[in-house]
Amino acid sequence: MESRNDVTEHQHHGHDHEHDHGHVQQHPGQGHIAPRRPSRAELQHIQGWGADLDRKNRPAVPMERTPPRFIHQPDGDPVQQREKVEILVSTERPGITPLFGTGQPPSGLSGMIRRLAFKSSENDVRHWLLLLLADRVNVVEGVAEDLARGHIPNILGEMGIKAEMKHNPQGLAKKALVTGAVLGAAWYLLSRRDRDDDDLHHRYHRERHYRR
Amino acid sequence: MLAMNYRGPYRVRAEQKPDPVIEHPGDAIVRVTRACICGSDLHLYHGLVPDTRVGHTFGHEFIGVVEEVGSGVQNLKVGQKVLVPFNLFCGSCFFCDRELFGNCHNTNPQATAVGGIYGYSHTAGGYDGGQAEFVRVPMADVGPMVIPDDIHDDDAVLLTDAVPTGYQAAEMGDIKEGDTVVVFGAGPVGIFAAKSAWLMGAGRVIVVDHVEYRLEFVKRYAQCEVVNFKEVRDMAEHIKKMTDWMGADVCIDAVGCEAAGNAMQTFTGVYTMMQAGAATVLHWAINSVRKGGNISIVGVYGPTFNAVPIGNALNKGLTLRMNQASVRRHLPRLIEHIREGRLNPKEIITHRVPLEEVSDAYHIFSSKLDNCIKTVLIPPSANQVKAVSASALN
Repeated sequence: MESRNDVTEHQHHGHDHEHDHGHVQQHPGQGHIAPRRPSRAELQHIQGWGADLDRKNRPAVPMERTPPRFIHQPDGDPVQQREKVEILVSTERPGITPLFGTGQPPSGLSGMIRRLAFKSSENDVRHWLLLLLADRVNVVEGVAEDLARGHIPNILGEMGIKAEMKHNPQGLAKKALVTGAVLGAAWYLLSRRDRDDDDLHHRYHRERHYRR
Repeated sequence: MLAMNYRGPYRVRAEQKPDPVIEHPGDAIVRVTRACICGSDLHLYHGLVPDTRVGHTFGHEFIGVVEEVGSGVQNLKVGQKVLVPFNLFCGSCFFCDRELFGNCHNTNPQATAVGGIYGYSHTAGGYDGGQAEFVRVPMADVGPMVIPDDIHDDDAVLLTDAVPTGYQAAEMGDIKEGDTVVVFGAGPVGIFAAKSAWLMGAGRVIVVDHVEYRLEFVKRYAQCEVVNFKEVRDMAEHIKKMTDWMGADVCIDAVGCEAAGNAMQTFTGVYTMMQAGAATVLHWAINSVRKGGNISIVGVYGPTFNAVPIGNALNKGLTLRMNQASVRRHLPRLIEHIREGRLNPKEIITHRVPLEEVSDAYHIFSSKLDNCIKTVLIPPSANQVKAVSASALN
């Protein structure tokens, strides 16, 4: 068997140079294509090879089986869970499912956007784009919530800077250098623009003064 | 309780939040003893999954001990050690009745295309996940499985998602004896897909990735060939050269929406979100598989749309199969494989991290630092509880 990326070039047959007319590229014939399949003997060293070759051993063949095996199947649908928080529901079903999660109910501006998103169906791309927008708004709300309860979020810590320092100090230094360079360049350009604006401003007033 | 808490793209922290409570007669509360970070958690972590709300606790791969059960729970008992499949399912709807437990229609009010999944955004039902000390487990008589005494906890936690998803990926490829199987992605799911392809009688298994240490690992662990896509000119051309110009019989996408390898796909799918993730692997799979071949997709993509060469799939007469793994139906067979020594899932665990250090754990896994393949989070209260033997309570 070949390993890694050492692919031996396929042996071409029937290459004929007799009809080479200069600029017309002559291709070799492709020959009969039939990949070789390894024999069972060649595969015996593979741990567990062929244990599920027989489809009877494959638990999801056929794909649909009824009644279901392996579970305690309840009689009928589950009883309805009580709604104690606001749950947004897809328009592509007639009501709420018997079971649902209750974490992080919609709230604030992001909640308003999510409610709007759930007015359109899953089939409508606006539904998903609005949810993505709500997610980004929610991030800002999260920082504001932290600050409101007197907690200054350790954003670099939350991003795993400790692990980066330990396992990728060179990468971190590179990132810091690039970020510093970008910020420095931005600061330089902005301050130069301010300076240019000031110069322009002074020149304008000087000229007005002389004109008088 | 202490729980992982999402704060925004690339930002998570461990924080105290209220303990979960029984909200339905069929619920149980499970004290988590191990919870993995899954490759698909990274899509949430990177802010790519719509309706991922600040404050959400991720985690759909976890095991633990039953702490409390609702009034309607008859089979599960307090003290039992359980593995909880990542998909929440009712066991009785149209789809569960056909063993399609990953497609349950009764557990996710927010979307019809996907069933409920623990800790996987409100698009998957809004259930807080298992990267916490405690977790609410609905339909406790149906979903969780009591862990047999002879199955190691580290194997059990990988049976909640990574192993069955890899196995189902191979199964959906409909592998026949001697087939050449190409697995895109050398993460945990790709690794188990490669192992499972051999179980189903593949003749060659080729794993494609660009992370060198992962390729080295899978080459040894799954006894397969490997290709670093950064070292080849064109993926489809390369696979054809490797397969006597025919193409692979089966291609498996074990990467999903954050695939590297094509700048245009990455720009439109990841950086600007103009499509539901980078469809690089779908593109490679369709163009690398032989005519009449099979493509199996378990990599996760967003809900909008992706740019894929569907015309080539038509012209080549391909069969595309894909689904969230129906974990529960695979467990008995996978446990047999572990007992027989054909599978040894726990070998892929490279990092065991206290839940308190969840920010670093995510960063290490996401940035592939420290040769990380699989990370397990251990909540602080994990060792305080003694589980009752499975056989004692059965």
